[in-house]
Amino acid sequence: MYLYSITFYIFSLVAVLSALMVISARNPVHSVLFLILSFVNASGLFVLLGAEFLAMILVVVYVGAVAVLFLFVVMMLDINFVKLREGFLQYLPFGALLGIVLIIELGILFLTKSFSENSLSQFVQSPQINEVENTKLIGQVLYTDYFYLFQISGLILLVAMVGSITLTLRDRGQVKRQNISSQNFIDEKNAIEKKKIKLGEGI
Amino acid sequence: MNNFSYLNDLMIPGGIIIAQIMAVLMPVLISVAFLVYAERKVLALIQLRRGPNVVGPFGILQSFADALKLLTKENIVPANSNKIVFLLAPIITMVLSLAGWAVIPFAPNWVIADINVGIMYLFAVSSLGVYGIIMAGWASNSQYPFLGALRSAAQMVSYEVSIGFVIITVLLCVGSLNLSKIVEAQETVWFAIPLLPMFVVFFISALAETNRLPFDLPEDESTLVAGFFTEYSSASFVLFFLGEYASMILMSSMTVILFMGGWLPPFDIFPLNAVPGVIWFVIKIIFILFLFIWVRGTFPRYRYDQLMRLGWKIFLPLSLLWVVLTAGFLIVFDMVPNSI
Repeated sequence: MYLYSITFYIFSLVAVLSALMVISARNPVHSVLFLILSFVNASGLFVLLGAEFLAMILVVVYVGAVAVLFLFVVMMLDINFVKLREGFLQYLPFGALLGIVLIIELGILFLTKSFSENSLSQFVQSPQINEVENTKLIGQVLYTDYFYLFQISGLILLVAMVGSITLTLRDRGQVKRQNISSQNFIDEKNAIEKKKIKLGEGI
Repeated sequence: MNNFSYLNDLMIPGGIIIAQIMAVLMPVLISVAFLVYAERKVLALIQLRRGPNVVGPFGILQSFADALKLLTKENIVPANSNKIVFLLAPIITMVLSLAGWAVIPFAPNWVIADINVGIMYLFAVSSLGVYGIIMAGWASNSQYPFLGALRSAAQMVSYEVSIGFVIITVLLCVGSLNLSKIVEAQETVWFAIPLLPMFVVFFISALAETNRLPFDLPEDESTLVAGFFTEYSSASFVLFFLGEYASMILMSSMTVILFMGGWLPPFDIFPLNAVPGVIWFVIKIIFILFLFIWVRGTFPRYRYDQLMRLGWKIFLPLSLLWVVLTAGFLIVFDMVPNSI
């Protein structure tokens, strides 16, 4: 049990500290790297909760794919660090307001009896979790009770994908394309044209 | 008395875990040295050369001599580099290529952590491998490493998609994400036979995922000097090198577990099933590693657009189609494993 608490505090401390560093690091690439560290620690917390499938999905999807693209974009951008920090005081009141509203909302959620006692503890103590692998458990719930929500989220992702493709796809006029199959089926009949050329005239 | 209970609860299990980790990592690291030697020797034979033959009998100690030489050299950190990230990158590559070994079952019950989501863990660890490369390329603050890092980021993300679908086809036939159960499900027939096209797709994607020839564009010598590790020297170079070859062995053990029946003998008859499982496992890994080297000696490097075309336009539709086919087949013939 000691080991459990120690690992919990290590993971959560590193997660919170790296989340702080995400917004306070001077270099945007460092911010993204701290974001990744924060994701990895969050997945460690999932493992401690016994939700190993969610932990792995978090690493595969967010760290393995989304954050790679983040890092890719941030690395390519030519960012002027001085200009980036100029608006800090200007945006401070607005940002602080948003933060305070969020904290009050979370506080209300945690202090409300319905959240703290009924909804959460009900799932934590549910006997099913220990009996079935939680991969199967998620599958059982996701594809039956929440089937329509699952389908709708799929459709939303599809719309987002189609939207991003239409935004970036443009007709660039004449582009030389390689047609691999036509290259493979080439032979001397359709590749070489024989012409008789009269002396001194050219083609 | 109380002090001793701490010892029993924490120190002894902790000591056993550390001993287990050592028992897995030491052979892996030593086999990396012999893999480098084997690669040079096999390539030499393919090209009608003699290969390393001076250090030790048949040159077998060449890799150790190289490692010693590299470690005694000066570690140069470029002046304009981002020093922390620059030094962190090889460490991350090395750690990630070793972390995957925690869930690999070498024989029945021979595994450090027999977790329920073993294959997901392997997939996650191999998808993190790209960070070492991107960080190295960015922190070097130099053109060639940066181009190498960009190429590798795009390449590894692309091939991970088809690897994911190949893993799903295997999982459909197993009904569990546990690596030991995946091996046990192949007792009747190795998945390489019914899922042969996926085996081929997985092997080629593994080549791309480990940045091996013919897909080694991130470290393409003829255009990018040495790609993402151009600026690295001495110990940090050794870490990259070790990490790359260790992840090669990890990917081949993943191939063996998913498609070639892990520790199982090819046929369950007397002289074959008397051999311990771990020896079969190692023999199969060596076979896949030989394929890696053979491919390197045979094929020319892909052009970058052809690499992307292969990943997105051929492997992705093919593996997606195969997921649908496998699922349909299992449902129609009522062969879905351990349905709830």
